[in-house]
Amino acid sequence: MDKLYDQKKLNFKSLLGNYTFILPALIMFLLFNVYPVFLILKLSFYEWDGISPLSAMKFIGVRHFIEIFTKDKLWWESVWHAGIITLLALTLQNALALILALAVDKGIRGGNIYRVIFFMPPVLSGIVIGLIWKWIYDGHDGLLNHFLVSIGITRFEHMAWLANPETALYAVAIIHMWRGFGWGFIILLAGLQNIDTQLYEAAEVDGAEAWHKFIHITCPLMIPVFILVSILTILGTMQIYDLIVSMTNGGPEYYTEVPITRILASMQGENRFGYACARGLVFGGMLLILSMLQIKISKRLQKNL
Amino acid sequence: METYSKLEPKNNPFTTLGIHFFLVLVSITCLFPLLWMISSSLKTQETIFKDMSIIPRSFEIGNYATAIIKGEFGVAFINSFFYTFSVIIGVVFISSLAAFAFSRLNFPGKNILFYAFLAYMMIPLPGIFVAVYVLLHELGELSKQLFDVKIIGINTRSGFILSQIALNLSFAIYLLKTFFDNMPTELEDAARIDGCSKFGVYWHVALPLAKSALGVIVIFNSLTIWNEYLFASIIFNERGLMPLPVALMKFQGSHVTQYPVLMAGMTITIIPIVIVYLCMQKYIIKGITAGAVKG
Repeated sequence: MDKLYDQKKLNFKSLLGNYTFILPALIMFLLFNVYPVFLILKLSFYEWDGISPLSAMKFIGVRHFIEIFTKDKLWWESVWHAGIITLLALTLQNALALILALAVDKGIRGGNIYRVIFFMPPVLSGIVIGLIWKWIYDGHDGLLNHFLVSIGITRFEHMAWLANPETALYAVAIIHMWRGFGWGFIILLAGLQNIDTQLYEAAEVDGAEAWHKFIHITCPLMIPVFILVSILTILGTMQIYDLIVSMTNGGPEYYTEVPITRILASMQGENRFGYACARGLVFGGMLLILSMLQIKISKRLQKNL
Repeated sequence: METYSKLEPKNNPFTTLGIHFFLVLVSITCLFPLLWMISSSLKTQETIFKDMSIIPRSFEIGNYATAIIKGEFGVAFINSFFYTFSVIIGVVFISSLAAFAFSRLNFPGKNILFYAFLAYMMIPLPGIFVAVYVLLHELGELSKQLFDVKIIGINTRSGFILSQIALNLSFAIYLLKTFFDNMPTELEDAARIDGCSKFGVYWHVALPLAKSALGVIVIFNSLTIWNEYLFASIIFNERGLMPLPVALMKFQGSHVTQYPVLMAGMTITIIPIVIVYLCMQKYIIKGITAGAVKG
């Protein structure tokens, strides 16, 4: 408490002065963060088309939520699509990130250059990334098919990867993982470099094999980092949007629809703002439960080890 | 970087070679699409489908002129620059004032307010854009009634800038408050004894000392705002107001196969970010790892 500016009791004038410091932040927070949260909560129980005045909206109770949980097949399919991409990212993308982090952590030359390169895709606009790959994937003019033909694989000569229901979602998932592994890599590498090297040296004296050291030293110490990376992966991937909109826009048909595109569709396409808010609430709740589960699991794991 | 080894007593030269081979392979997949984009931006509409080489046979710089003028990416570039700059200024000043207050000043409700900001940062709100759209719509109507013009609202620059400032405040306040909490107060105390006001201490002492934390905030916000698409796409429907990512989507929607010009527009979009990234990569990586290892 000794760092506080005012040690003695505050008088009215200095209290007012203190409040002016947080006033701009408070106004922004109330207007753009707190009020919208109440608006979402309220609108979820109302029918409103986004055009007529707000006062004209109609209270309909929990009907939106009933519709989401009983009738909205498309919504749950979109959640499922994001779930598939998330599962792939959790396993493949993070495994790649861990392997790369372990490789660079071995004190290899040029480690910093690799770090700069691996983190390049994550800093770029998702729209740009999506549009580059959309063209590379193109059935007629795309580089991918051109390359496959040139190495003798003619099976896919006119395969439109993003327009085919069987491949579209996975084609997007691959790009999402390609774009995102740099995040996991950077965080995992920082975690690895934080581990005290004396632990490894002690294990070496005891004659431990590389694999044993990984299982008994690296893994237990890295659990909090693993959990952090998986929470970030889940939150980031479930809310995937930029890549979807630039590569497939939800198509072909509805095969690559994800929750954010569905929320937007009910807002802009169908002019059902209340329903869009209800979808947003349900989705936010799901994400919150997922990340709390992760934290629980991590605490349990750390206790057992 | 040190050359100690953690997993093996000695790195076998073949293992090292194998590791490098793997790392180089991954690096190529990271960079190749970008090189392909730049290379394609220099080809012509005729050669782009035939010339599959990475170094184009002729350099068609004209694509960039077409992109900037006819494709309206020049206007979009200025818009992006303006939005990014304005949001950063807003976030830096509003968050540093608040963080200084949370760290150094005393007032009733301080802790509750700080935790409210934190909670907002932690709780995922995927549908918030719907509500922000409604709010801006309301503010627009209100402003038309009060001032006869839309000073804020849907399809206004101020609407986008203010909503983006608000959405990025929490993280900046959290980062700066932690920074101020760990900062020694000797200099501030000296300034105080010399009769400096609270604002004077904040402005002349605390803010300059927080340069490194402010740097992290500036860099992260410039990446976020420059690349922002979702809010920009629902707020703007007038071509002249759109930032680069939205302009790119509009352009490819109406000129599907003009690949060279589209690729030129995309190259223009990433150039500033690549420059910022390469110059500031140490801070970016430091910012992520500091946050990650602590959290």
